[in-house]
Amino acid sequence: MTIFQFLVGVIYLAASTLFVVGLHMMRAPSTARRGNLISAGGMAIAVITTIVFALVSSGGNWIGWGALVVGVALGAVYGVNRARTVKMTAIPQLVSIFNAVGGGAAASVAFAEFVANVGGKSLNLTTSIPIVLDVLIGSITFAGSLIAAGKLQGIISGKPLTFPGARILNVLVALIALGAGVLVLLSPPNLLLLLVVLVASIAFGVLMVLPIGGADAPVIVSLLNAFTGLAVAMAGFAINSQALIIAGALVGAAGTILTLQMAKAMNRSVGAIILGGFGTADAKTSAGTASEDLTNVRVLTADDVAIQLAYAQHVLIAPGYGLAAAQAQHEVAELAKLLIAHGVDVKYAIHPVAGRMPGHMNVLLAEANVPYDQMLQLDEANAAFDNCDVALVVGANDVCNPDARKPGNAVSGMPILNVDHAKSVVVIKRSMRPGYAGISNPLFTDPKTGMFFADAKKGLADITTAVKEYVTA
Amino acid sequence: MIETLFGNLAIFVLSLLVGVEVISKIPSTLHTPMMSGSNAIHGVVIAGAITIASLANSPAAYVLTFIAGVLAAANVFGGYVVTDRMLQMFSRPTSSKADTSKKDAS
Repeated sequence: MTIFQFLVGVIYLAASTLFVVGLHMMRAPSTARRGNLISAGGMAIAVITTIVFALVSSGGNWIGWGALVVGVALGAVYGVNRARTVKMTAIPQLVSIFNAVGGGAAASVAFAEFVANVGGKSLNLTTSIPIVLDVLIGSITFAGSLIAAGKLQGIISGKPLTFPGARILNVLVALIALGAGVLVLLSPPNLLLLLVVLVASIAFGVLMVLPIGGADAPVIVSLLNAFTGLAVAMAGFAINSQALIIAGALVGAAGTILTLQMAKAMNRSVGAIILGGFGTADAKTSAGTASEDLTNVRVLTADDVAIQLAYAQHVLIAPGYGLAAAQAQHEVAELAKLLIAHGVDVKYAIHPVAGRMPGHMNVLLAEANVPYDQMLQLDEANAAFDNCDVALVVGANDVCNPDARKPGNAVSGMPILNVDHAKSVVVIKRSMRPGYAGISNPLFTDPKTGMFFADAKKGLADITTAVKEYVTA
Repeated sequence: MIETLFGNLAIFVLSLLVGVEVISKIPSTLHTPMMSGSNAIHGVVIAGAITIASLANSPAAYVLTFIAGVLAAANVFGGYVVTDRMLQMFSRPTSSKADTSKKDAS
């Protein structure tokens, strides 16, 4: 090892440290932005060092560098453009797309490393195993993430897409990918075999995500994020780059933890989601079975809600998927601002999986200028509900279903917001339709609950108008 | 060769553990930016794209370099920019509203 190689190693280590420090600083909203910038600084250091090292040690030729520069310029323009213009409600799709391209890039790197050895003698297993794994995982996450993004965007139906024999085909494709992968390891470098691995993995990625319901798509995005991390780490093994190994492992751990936490908050097992198990239907499409029986329901008007809110001392707003889908974050923030100016204590009670991905609701509210100290997480919120005059539920259902405390139903054991502990409850919802879990919610027929049937965006705007009349009158 | 592999494996496993430790302390408020931020970190695969560019010497390798470049750059640039955009909304000053919220005693 020369001094130069040693230096490069040390610099990579420093860059990796910056990644860890950056992630670490994301534990508090006040330091999170600086954390991300520190992580970006680590990235810049790693990239510059790699360029210098590559120029000094191998040099390369102008076609290779030209292809890289043109490619990077195109990719950077696309990425920055999308990142600057994306609507906050569409963040989950974009994260999924960036995840897909990361997986694709990792697979391409491994493929290129393999191509460089075609025609030569057998590859050492310490190189060929990571190459095969990288192509496998990278292609699965590339194809799978694109399908998941399509589902979140609504380009591909959010309904689980299955056809007879889908599962058998799935297993078959997986076996082909694995079989070809093993053959690659056993034979001298053979491009055709690795192409089979690539195509079969892409097919598997598509087939794996298609049968997954739209509501489960965020869990899959998170899981595929972990996969991409692993693919990048494998690329690191293949080209012997510790920066890639460390960063890949960090992301792998992050994705895995989020996947598990999210599945727990949705009361689903990761296995059940991947297998596209029971009645997987998007929250929006699961209408039907439950009757629209309004006999035990107290129906409110915007005026009723406004009076209740204006005379309350402590109000907790529980926003859910419906608010995100209606893009009503600005309306809810305006209503809260008005009430706060009127002297009402308003806070937001945010379930970990409210919105379309974990923490998504916080981003939406932050976009609407809601300070983060008004956003209460599950535990803080549940303590606050006991002392709350009006709980305003906007487009949320299963996450505040008191039946979760009882055994023997679809939401049993799921962590919920204790909305029913509030003195009174107002639910803004388009209809009595059950949520994603497909069961009725006793909260809606509770005597202290009033239902205001409206689209979240319009309903909140109507309430705000009504409150204004009371406040100014 | 085997020593290199073993060293790399040790780094891999330890990094996984560090990742678990760091990530599990992040509050759910920040899960979306954290996911996006960790997404940007795996954009380090762009270093891999640079390495293969420097070794490329066949048409197939040039094409793969180009593809890896496009994909990795979209990942790393887009990832950091969108994460920063989200977090910048979180770090907005809260004082103006904190004042008004104290009036609830009235």
